[in-house]
Amino acid sequence: MVDSVPAARTLLLRIDAGVTDVGRVARCVRRTEPRPGARPDAGPVEIPVHYDGEDLSEVGRLTGLGERGVIDAHTGREWTVAFCGFAPGFGYLVGGDERLRVPRRSTPRTRVPAGAVALAGEFASVYPRESPGGWQLIGHTSIRPWDIDRDPPALMLPGARVRFVEAS
Amino acid sequence: MNSIEVLDAGPLTTVQDFGRPGLAALGVGRSGAADADAMRLANRLVGNAESAATLEVTFGGLRVRAHGGARVALTGAPCPMSVGGREVAPYSVFWMPDGDVLRLGLPSSGLRSYLAVRGGIEVPRVIGSRSTDTLSAVGPAPLSPGDRPDIGHEPPQPLTVDLAPVRQPEAGDLRLRVVLGPRDDWFTDDARRSLLREPYEVTAESNRIGMRLGGTPLARSRTEELPSEGMVCGALQVPPSGQPTLFLADHPVTGGYPVIAVVIGADIGLAARARPGQQLWFSAVKGPDPGFQ
Repeated sequence: MVDSVPAARTLLLRIDAGVTDVGRVARCVRRTEPRPGARPDAGPVEIPVHYDGEDLSEVGRLTGLGERGVIDAHTGREWTVAFCGFAPGFGYLVGGDERLRVPRRSTPRTRVPAGAVALAGEFASVYPRESPGGWQLIGHTSIRPWDIDRDPPALMLPGARVRFVEAS
Repeated sequence: MNSIEVLDAGPLTTVQDFGRPGLAALGVGRSGAADADAMRLANRLVGNAESAATLEVTFGGLRVRAHGGARVALTGAPCPMSVGGREVAPYSVFWMPDGDVLRLGLPSSGLRSYLAVRGGIEVPRVIGSRSTDTLSAVGPAPLSPGDRPDIGHEPPQPLTVDLAPVRQPEAGDLRLRVVLGPRDDWFTDDARRSLLREPYEVTAESNRIGMRLGGTPLARSRTEELPSEGMVCGALQVPPSGQPTLFLADHPVTGGYPVIAVVIGADIGLAARARPGQQLWFSAVKGPDPGFQ
């Protein structure tokens, strides 16, 4: 096995074809039974957010909540990191207010700034650095979700709880 | 310690080895040389381990000075080159005397060249690799004038070849083999036909993360949102615009648009050599059978 990438509904496995083959790995996967396990929990990570994102009014319109309603819904409930991906330190947060479900933008931005707080589908996240991205931007934070000099470098590890608070 | 001083990095020069496999679950992509075959050959020419770090030069333009002398070779996109004003050839091993400057012109075909130095480029490893991941900013920053990466110790392997006869990168249309899926069933029959029968042009919006392609839009038969899933190098991901992006070395580890097909591993290097304006033609091959029924 070279790599495994858990995601929302799927698990991507990359194998070294010189060592094993797809059929053998597939048989192993089919024999595996998922078991519930303990989830690490060190209390919620607090993320202060300035709600000034380029798509805030669009999200307010799409959800029917208005800008104020989006902020209240985003800060109103605790989120949980379901899995990491897209980029180092990019956590896919679930469990928030269901009224915040919005589609991705039809054309992704070629540059989204670091610290952008975003929504897409059932997820919320914070862009760890400037990168391309198709999520709806509702605000920004000065907290760094990924810091190579921190241990662990990722702030939002799978299972962690996250609370967004409105920055004054 | 001997070193290489960067005088001009051209459009983009990064340090690359084989990257960081096995960390995708943490959101850390593999990165590494976009054209791993060319990197491997450059290292073999100078007697390095194949995994030694090299300089990946995008579209020529690099100028470097040797401090203490260096034995080097350039593979991938062939650039006209000179050392201390003397012309030298790509795909050959040559000596850069102490203080002499190596200049790379524009490559006649291809996009990325690999400069291997006997002993390897010795910048500090970050999470096990010296590669610059341009998406995640893991690893050293792209090189800029004044940078002076060290050269590692002489490897034990003697130099056995001084020239590699290779085919020049193709300047015309490229044919890439793909395995359809995993989400080809999210597209219309017309979209699958277009992908395999019409050319897709490499646009200027292309980098180490991926190449945005332009051609007949690939229409979807299913319009719901795809829950984010793992991505691989070579994936042809299709956003709602219908114009596919071909993921390269620094691709995001997950993505939320469906992948209609994946370029096979053997053709990734070929894809990484494509310049904006070149036409890509995709042909389907059968993937390995997982035995799912």
